[in-house]
Amino acid sequence: MQKITRDVLVSKAVSLLENGTVNAVLGWGKGEFVYDVTPTMFETADEIRENFVWNDFCGANFSKYLVSKTKKIEGKILVFLKPCDTYSFNQLLTEHRFDREKVYVVGVPCEGMADISKVKALAGEGIANIDFTDAGLVVTNFYDETKTIAYADVMAERCVNCKSKKHVAFDELLGETGEVISSARFDEVAKIEAMTPDERFAFWQGELSRCIRCNACRDVCPACTCEKCVFDNPNSGAENKAPATTFEEQMFHIIRAFHVAGRCTDCGECSRVCPQNIPLHLLNRKFIRDIDNFYGEYQAGAEVGSRAPLVDYTLDDLEAADVFERREEE
Amino acid sequence: MQVNEYRPLIVAFCCNWCSYAGADLAGNNRLNYPADVKIIRVPCSCRVNPMFILRAFQRGADGVIICGCHPGDCHYTSGNYYTRRRMALLFSMLDYLGIERERTRLEWVSAAEGAKFAATMNDFAQKVASLGENKRLEDLRCKK
Repeated sequence: MQKITRDVLVSKAVSLLENGTVNAVLGWGKGEFVYDVTPTMFETADEIRENFVWNDFCGANFSKYLVSKTKKIEGKILVFLKPCDTYSFNQLLTEHRFDREKVYVVGVPCEGMADISKVKALAGEGIANIDFTDAGLVVTNFYDETKTIAYADVMAERCVNCKSKKHVAFDELLGETGEVISSARFDEVAKIEAMTPDERFAFWQGELSRCIRCNACRDVCPACTCEKCVFDNPNSGAENKAPATTFEEQMFHIIRAFHVAGRCTDCGECSRVCPQNIPLHLLNRKFIRDIDNFYGEYQAGAEVGSRAPLVDYTLDDLEAADVFERREEE
Repeated sequence: MQVNEYRPLIVAFCCNWCSYAGADLAGNNRLNYPADVKIIRVPCSCRVNPMFILRAFQRGADGVIICGCHPGDCHYTSGNYYTRRRMALLFSMLDYLGIERERTRLEWVSAAEGAKFAATMNDFAQKVASLGENKRLEDLRCKK
């Protein structure tokens, strides 16, 4: 359960909107279901009072929305950012994707978000309502049956392996900021690396052939902000779903992860939005882990203006042929 | 009747300023290297987009080799340094997805190294041939 309450966020947003500091508020809005929290632009105080949501399903990272919204809205935009979102925010600033002067950042502490697919796995389908109590999530279904689930059982994978509770960018902070955490986020990657090549191929073919090429992972990714994407080109021959045996989805996901390598802050949005529950963050984390191993530890977005590893080099970098020897020594 | 023995298809991306001239020198010196190697000339090894490599595999290549100038000798000062980082990550990622690591290679071949070019290609072609056909990455839709 989130420690900070909705009322604190709403009153902050309303007061800043009413005293003219900001002209719009980017926050989580009501969706069709209680777990269906939708990123929303609020322009009046009434809308905020009525539709603003703050609960354990507010996983959406708003950094990317600023790229387009700051161009559309006159004056400043208030944006609520959780600790992991502030890394994406910094990364976008590093890439000059929007004007910092047009944004008013309010940092909100986060206790970890819930994953609705985990909730459904435990409580079943047909969820009518979810209440957030100290004991856990109280899930009510359409037959008026209730079930209480502990928060720890449904926490999203990216939050279980949270990398930081520290806000690296903010104008104002609600509650308190935390510390960078040394998490076990690379354990899963190490587990796959330890498999044989045949097992790895089977594992990824199994995962990635479920991909329906909806492009949600690309669209939500705060690092993927090209105006024109290679995968939107109908002449590329690479924009459609293909049979599992063709390496087409593998190619899409390798390239997607490669295009954000060194800039990916590991916010985990790709896996959150995937309708097929493919663990896409494992591809990004592989690149992060390799970059850390080969070129020194680097956390994208930890500070504004840092140089991403793939647009940098040293004269005595590791040779491509030595990559595997390095790994075997470990 | 002649039996068709398996010949690997190898795509070599060669930098215009070094390896491509190195291949030329190998030819001038009458050094043998397999005809299975298809050379694609690029302005710099840094021009090679990871997608080129994956696309080559999908379209039936059994091995892809990228040849560039030795570190420090890039015509554009630093292109090959970027290539080195990119390819290290890409090869590692392909391995992570279960692709045989011998199918990809990055080599530094200068314009004066005709012999090295021929030796590299012979060695690479032999390694790839021993792996056999590239079944994991090929895309039957691309086969005519």
